[in-house]
Amino acid sequence: MCLSIPVRIVTIEGGFATVSFGENTYRASLQLLEGMKPGDYVLLHAGFAIQKLDRQEAEETLRLIDEMQDLSDGKSGSDQ
Amino acid sequence: MDISKEFRERGRVDILLRQIRQEATEKYIFMEVCGGHTTAIHSYGIPGLLPGSINLISGPGCPVCVTSESFLDHAIALSAMPGILVATFGDLLRVPGGGTSLEKEKAAGASIIVVYSINEALDLAAKNKDKMVVFLAIGFETTAPGTAAGVLDAGKRGLANFFILSAHKIMPPAMRAVVEGGTNVNGFICPGHVSAITGSGIYGFLPDDFGIGCVISGFEPVDILQSVLMLIRQVNRKDPGVEVQYTRAVRPEGNPKAMNIMKQVFKVSDQWWRGFGTIPGSGLQLKPEYEKSDAGKVFPAPPQRQPVESLCMCGSILRGTHTPADCPLFGTGCTPADPAGACMVSAEGACHAFHKYTMSL
Repeated sequence: MCLSIPVRIVTIEGGFATVSFGENTYRASLQLLEGMKPGDYVLLHAGFAIQKLDRQEAEETLRLIDEMQDLSDGKSGSDQ
Repeated sequence: MDISKEFRERGRVDILLRQIRQEATEKYIFMEVCGGHTTAIHSYGIPGLLPGSINLISGPGCPVCVTSESFLDHAIALSAMPGILVATFGDLLRVPGGGTSLEKEKAAGASIIVVYSINEALDLAAKNKDKMVVFLAIGFETTAPGTAAGVLDAGKRGLANFFILSAHKIMPPAMRAVVEGGTNVNGFICPGHVSAITGSGIYGFLPDDFGIGCVISGFEPVDILQSVLMLIRQVNRKDPGVEVQYTRAVRPEGNPKAMNIMKQVFKVSDQWWRGFGTIPGSGLQLKPEYEKSDAGKVFPAPPQRQPVESLCMCGSILRGTHTPADCPLFGTGCTPADPAGACMVSAEGACHAFHKYTMSL
């Protein structure tokens, strides 16, 4: 029900955006967000863009996980 | 940026599982309160990947599952009234109530139209000025701002024939009810898209008043496993708090514009939740200045009927005191094809997810 999907804003006109996901496009309302521009990724929920997605934050989350691997590799290296 | 794919990457799942196995030194029960998480956890087979000491259970996170039969009765009665079109999300169609459902009534000719967005319901009202369109407004904080925007839009577009019937609910009072009802949950996996709207502050009472930690999680397998690891660490450190794993979508302040629109249109009210009864301050109803759009006020509810006795355990499953497998109807008298209770109807219900992904193994 709270399902929201990441979509990319293609064009903006009159408070609505054409957003794309895969090969599909949809007309999404931008009433709930300020300052969106084409190229931004947003979460689409029940016809509304509800939040902008932050790529840097995503990369940081992934980096922290990848570091766990490096740490454990480093540990097993020193044990040998 | 197909970043979602990166959060499904097998190597990262393995890293997190190894770390979880190392650090899970106690018994843990973590509850998710979001239907999206229920579906993700079961569809990715996460319970089977985790050590046996970690138990993931579902709480009242599926809006369809917690919706009252009287709301459904009201919607069905409206759909039978001449001149009314009922617009609903597809999720509500199959919920059984009083021997029928919106789906059965629609098949029998009632005016029920499935929409993906309230905006489609507004267009329906614009195109059918001779009809009254009633939008069934269900969902949590993720969905309510859109409904609020729709009500404001109806005013701007002069659509006096547009109404909503609100069963909108807010999450924190239900989480409090789970804890106060007596639970051995020692961590909450908090809903990512509710929090994208509200921000992280709404969960502060859980660590502060009850010593229970929370992690706001995304919906991919890497997100969920990282959230589980963060909760394990909170429990091990005996330092419960509110953390955000889903940082790409959840800011501490949430989405202030959406929150303001929601607060402009709705006031907090008491709401009935399946499994809990009435929870004070857990619902959203239109403020008096928007009452002319309130189908609950304009078209009064039909008389309440006696609830039908059933062995369905949906209520205690939503409270987290029982699992789907404990229910005598599960898998025999209640299946996704022929559901007896709401938890089996919704694709996000605990029973549906458990039946679809675990029973079929």
